[in-house]
Amino acid sequence: MSVLINKDSRVLVQGFTGSEGSFHAAQMIEYGTNVVGGVTPGKGGQTHLNLPVFDTVSECVAKTGANVSVIFVPPAFAADAIMEACNAGVEVIVCISEGIPVSDMVMVKHYLECHPNVRLIGPNCPGIITPDEAKVGIMPGFIHKKGCIGVVSRSGTLTYEAVDQLTKCGLGQSTCIGIGGDPIVGTTMLDAVKLFNEDPETKGVVLIGEIGGSMETEAARWIKDNMRKPVVSFIAGKTAPKGRRMGHAGAIIGGAEDTADAKIAILKQCGIHVSESPAEIGLHMFNAMQ
Amino acid sequence: MNIHEYQAKEILRNAKVPVPAGKAVFTVPEAVTAAEEIFNLTNTNAIAVKAQIHAGGRGKGGGVKIAKDLDGVALHAQSILGMKLVTHQTGPEGRMVKKLLVEQGIYYPGPSPVKEFYVSILLNRATGRYMILYSAEGGMDIEEVAAKTPHLIYKEEIHPIGIQAYQARRVAFNLGLSGQAYSAMVKFIMALFKAFVSCDASMVEINPVIKTSDDKIFAADAKITLDDSALYRHPELALYRDLDEENPAEIEASESNLNFIKLDGNVGCMVNGAGLAMATMDIVKLSGGNPANFLDVGGNANAKTVAAGFRIILKDPAVKAILINIFGGIVRCDRVAQGVIDAYKEIGNIPVPVVARLQGTNAEEAKQLIDRSGLKVFSAITLKEAAELVKKLV
Repeated sequence: MSVLINKDSRVLVQGFTGSEGSFHAAQMIEYGTNVVGGVTPGKGGQTHLNLPVFDTVSECVAKTGANVSVIFVPPAFAADAIMEACNAGVEVIVCISEGIPVSDMVMVKHYLECHPNVRLIGPNCPGIITPDEAKVGIMPGFIHKKGCIGVVSRSGTLTYEAVDQLTKCGLGQSTCIGIGGDPIVGTTMLDAVKLFNEDPETKGVVLIGEIGGSMETEAARWIKDNMRKPVVSFIAGKTAPKGRRMGHAGAIIGGAEDTADAKIAILKQCGIHVSESPAEIGLHMFNAMQ
Repeated sequence: MNIHEYQAKEILRNAKVPVPAGKAVFTVPEAVTAAEEIFNLTNTNAIAVKAQIHAGGRGKGGGVKIAKDLDGVALHAQSILGMKLVTHQTGPEGRMVKKLLVEQGIYYPGPSPVKEFYVSILLNRATGRYMILYSAEGGMDIEEVAAKTPHLIYKEEIHPIGIQAYQARRVAFNLGLSGQAYSAMVKFIMALFKAFVSCDASMVEINPVIKTSDDKIFAADAKITLDDSALYRHPELALYRDLDEENPAEIEASESNLNFIKLDGNVGCMVNGAGLAMATMDIVKLSGGNPANFLDVGGNANAKTVAAGFRIILKDPAVKAILINIFGGIVRCDRVAQGVIDAYKEIGNIPVPVVARLQGTNAEEAKQLIDRSGLKVFSAITLKEAAELVKKLV
């Protein structure tokens, strides 16, 4: 078992023939992901990476039975791409694109609320991977190892760092979900934690947060009362200055509540093991599992 | 992107949000001419002379003054233009004032008392919707109001289909308004929300909103932050960018497509990915150093980006060591290592020790390349090793 994706997932790529889409689609296929086709409006009927290209997502779904989509289109067109996939009945939509206007995401969020069976991951995220089964995103596959830890993170390379530590201490990962660094994301930390709590293969969870917003504390309060598995967390940005956007659009301290220190204090109160150092996330998880 | 008060008021004026008559000027004579026009146009009894810098707290720092006549305007303009304005947001070095907003005074006497309110519009990240925050406690530091008397701050969440009139009415009623002032506030709120949407703002803050003695509503101050991701569809607003208000090193970094933020520490950081960059700053601090900057070199770290990163970091004389932290995924570490070596040779003498921590794809090959290069670069593979090296060097 795993969450969201597995070896049976049928993946389509939006922005399939573009440079990013092509490169990462090839990487996903090489990892063993069941990529069934792609969409580039105006290039329907062509073949790319030995797979069919369609003009629309609904046509791709009808012909290939795709149930997962990964989006590599430029940010100006990404909101539209998400809604197209949603409209076509794709169950899991992973949006990698970075730099989508916030007002576009306000609309997308509302659109998704009208389609409760659809799950969006991202945008501005590395994607999801279930080791040895499917990689839907841009993460380096080889650092992952099939195992029992669920990872949820707002970051990209910092997630790879944590994954690498989990692999090296022998725990491995059940599924890793990069939920994205934007102020509005489809799947929150709490959503991901709930999925891991229900997944029999996941024995523990690593939660990687950062400054800005309140997703970590919302998840923590739920964890305190409901979680049956140990949770280890690292919150990036203890040294970040107030009011500056630290790379991610959503990583900005707005008030006293969304600093790293404030979040860490609440996480600890809720029984979460907080690693003060980003170099010891794996070690903390290893100890928590004993 | 941050913009000036006078630019924010241009946006508001175009969206039919009432703002005082005013003009941005660069010199004392321009200020006097502008004031004369405003006196003639509005019958006001006073003129506000306001420093235009991207920081709050201008009034307390002496950057906002009120004049009763043209001589007063000249005097104030003289004293504010060219001053180093220090506020709680500028840091101790302050900010040089190069522009003024000369504006109609709106605190004139009349039949009813003048009142100050607080209104802002921003994203509620928890719900993914915009909301209007407002309070009858205007003119004050809103964070202080929020901390001490949270019940005095109201919230009106706006559905993605747009603001409805009943919501604007609720705002006006909660602010205790009636009669003509109430109607003016309803219009003000409707127009303000439309202005927010029309410019793709990420935040609009009007503190204070003024009810004048003759029951008109005005945005007396205005702060607007624009959504950088949406600027592509507002080319006219992108021109509002003021490079004088940005750190020169940050401007240079943005020209090389690097994401750089200057900090006050002694260890320069160069990292791929924003989250890892923040975590690297944190581990520098845990190791007894202090991060001198945030620098995300992005997904394609190569010799060119690494060289640009070195140059920008080395501009800061406080830097005693540089920590490069790359987690190679799609990017191969040996390529990055070669980039570090090439950049090092290209720049010549880098006067501070460099720790290069390269992990992920081809990490071992990368370490060998660096160890064999003969340069003053210490290599590390785990983050912990890198942190310990930094500890020894600072």
